[in-house]
Amino acid sequence: MDYLAELENKTIYIIREAYNRFKNVAMLWSIGKDSTTLLWVVRKAFFGKIPFPIMHIDTSYKFKEIYEFRDKYSKEWGLNLIISRNEKALAEGTCPEKGKLNCCNSLKTEALKMTISEYKFKALLLAIRRDEHGIRAKERYFSPRTADFKWNYKDQPAELWDLYKSRIEEEQHFRIHPMLHWTELDIWRYIEKERIPIVNLYLAKNGKRYRSIGCATCCAPVDSKADSIRKIVKELETTTIAERSGRAQDKEDAYTMQRLRSLGYM
Amino acid sequence: MQKDTLKIIIVGHVDHGKSTLIGRLLLDTNSLPKDRLSEIKKISKELGKDTELAFLTDQLKEERERNITIDTTQTFFKTRKRDYVIIDAPGHVEFLKNMLTGATLAEAAVLITDVNEGVMEQTRRHAYLINMLGIDKIILVFNKMDIIDYNEAKFTEIKNKLLVFFESLGVRPSFIIPISAKKGINITKRSPEISWYKGPALLEALDSLIIDAKTEKKPLRLPVQDIYEIDGKKIMVGKIDSGTIKRGQKVILSPSSKKAVINSIVLFEKEKTSAQAGENIGLLLKEGAVAERGEIIAEEENSPEVSSLFRGNIFWMSDEPLQVNKPVTLRCATQEVRCVAEKIEKRINSSTLEVLETNAKELKINEAGIVLFKTDEPIAIEKFSFIEEMGRFIIEQQYNLQGAGIITETTV
Ligand SMILES: Nc1nc2c(ncn2[C@@H]2O[C@H](COP(=O)(O)OP(=O)(O)O)[C@@H](O)[C@H]2O)c(=O)[nH]1
Repeated sequence: MDYLAELENKTIYIIREAYNRFKNVAMLWSIGKDSTTLLWVVRKAFFGKIPFPIMHIDTSYKFKEIYEFRDKYSKEWGLNLIISRNEKALAEGTCPEKGKLNCCNSLKTEALKMTISEYKFKALLLAIRRDEHGIRAKERYFSPRTADFKWNYKDQPAELWDLYKSRIEEEQHFRIHPMLHWTELDIWRYIEKERIPIVNLYLAKNGKRYRSIGCATCCAPVDSKADSIRKIVKELETTTIAERSGRAQDKEDAYTMQRLRSLGYM
Repeated sequence: MQKDTLKIIIVGHVDHGKSTLIGRLLLDTNSLPKDRLSEIKKISKELGKDTELAFLTDQLKEERERNITIDTTQTFFKTRKRDYVIIDAPGHVEFLKNMLTGATLAEAAVLITDVNEGVMEQTRRHAYLINMLGIDKIILVFNKMDIIDYNEAKFTEIKNKLLVFFESLGVRPSFIIPISAKKGINITKRSPEISWYKGPALLEALDSLIIDAKTEKKPLRLPVQDIYEIDGKKIMVGKIDSGTIKRGQKVILSPSSKKAVINSIVLFEKEKTSAQAGENIGLLLKEGAVAERGEIIAEEENSPEVSSLFRGNIFWMSDEPLQVNKPVTLRCATQEVRCVAEKIEKRINSSTLEVLETNAKELKINEAGIVLFKTDEPIAIEKFSFIEEMGRFIIEQQYNLQGAGIITETTV
């Protein structure tokens, strides 16, 4: 079995385990390359018939290409799509110009909290990877969160072999991370091999491309000539620039991410 | 077949230099994003310290302030030979469960010992645990050689102490290397500072390790994970732990002993005629038969042991002790049953290997034991030394994982 097949198989096992143990689960789809790859593997795990909803947390500030992609493929793949928006905060005019931390927190974390309590989800599948950001290297595959989303990263349960934790207190929920062991390069190699459709913002136009996409307001493109998946793979094989270097919230200070995450940010 | 990725865990007593060594490996293999080193310099300065390579892996604010690793971190680097995933495990006794979490993912281990401080409690305990978990490729590095002026006699003295312990475990380390993580000595290539050492540098030693890919020669073991109903058909799904499965094959389900025939092997929009260890597949049985989650699919003439009594080596990691005859939950492959520790034959200090008590009443936190378990219903198991996936188990009480073990005898 080749390396990518190994990664894929581990991910399938975790997805199926999460569904078996919790039933009331949902997957978060940001429409970025990682969660689109996860969605691809989720479709494989359930033979094309995903038995749970796919949730998009919509801040309303996403790139238009993201919305177009979402609508096209949620139809083509027959997804049960839930769009999670904090309408109240949006009506109050929450935006990055008035404070990025607060904007991320109300439009993503708070929106997600509301949707979880509305649907009473016990587990959420997320496409985070260990190599993405320092603090994420500490994540478990099955990670319990308290009712108010707190991640107790100083005292996490042990996780041995593929015997994942499967019971939690009533008021807790789980974050499930089936892509934890993939790297950015693995993702692109897999996208190339499987021909997974991907938002075209990742491909270079006029010497610039996005390496990580989120809100149009807070993402900057990086210099790049990679206008095909093949060239992205080549580019990443040699780069020493961090993936999220185009992301505003990572630059604020070294511990912003840690603070955001302990508040429940993805 | 040589794998192109190797997962290694770095273990050892707190402060012996694990995080520094990982920082060094990242630095010397050019695996650091440009801005990371300057970020680390800045944080070190903010905390009033010299540049600490350890900060590259110690990500939590608390870890940097207290200068200890709390939870495992995984990082990636590559050499010309292959890609590596390194798992940095905490060396503090308080965080052993995090170290074990890292260890169950690793294929090889680097055990680090500070030559100045010598062999300590967690040095030996980590050695015991990685050995119990079946990691047989172990490299011993003796760190901080710079502090003792690269003195051979001092190195030999500490090395021999540790080797005595390894002998009692019955383990032979793959390599023994004197290094300085901080100064980058004997990391990428043999350094002139230690001219008396003639062996490979750490990266050369790692590159030379050969890890056998999963063998397909073992008998078929496929624990049923779930059953889906899709387009009116019942599909069983699961991961093949060992062996191969073929369309048309006669199989037996354990522990129920039901017989069945494989009608088809399915993937999304695909069918297969056979599948092998590591693959997650869907199965349809002849006449629409189904098995429940927990059953093990095996060849008719070569099925697992079915038993309700087995002996295992267990490591206990909970404040709440394991008590004789008190019901707990046992999980092995996809099976989950109630069981009791019928007899705690030996209670063992997991750092010194000293037998503390025979026929003990309970096993306390960080103790190891040889235990006879009795399950409420028979389960399908294997010796860990034969098929790892079916010979390892965890013990849970209420909501929590409290112990981990391996099966040494399937019938007693
Ligand atoms: N002199 C010297 N100091 C070292 C060496 N390796 C690590 N240290 C120091 O030992 C301390 C503990 O190192 P750290 O990597 O945090 O240990 P860990 O607890 O095992 O991760 C730090 O202050 C390091 O700078 C070495 O090779 N030589």
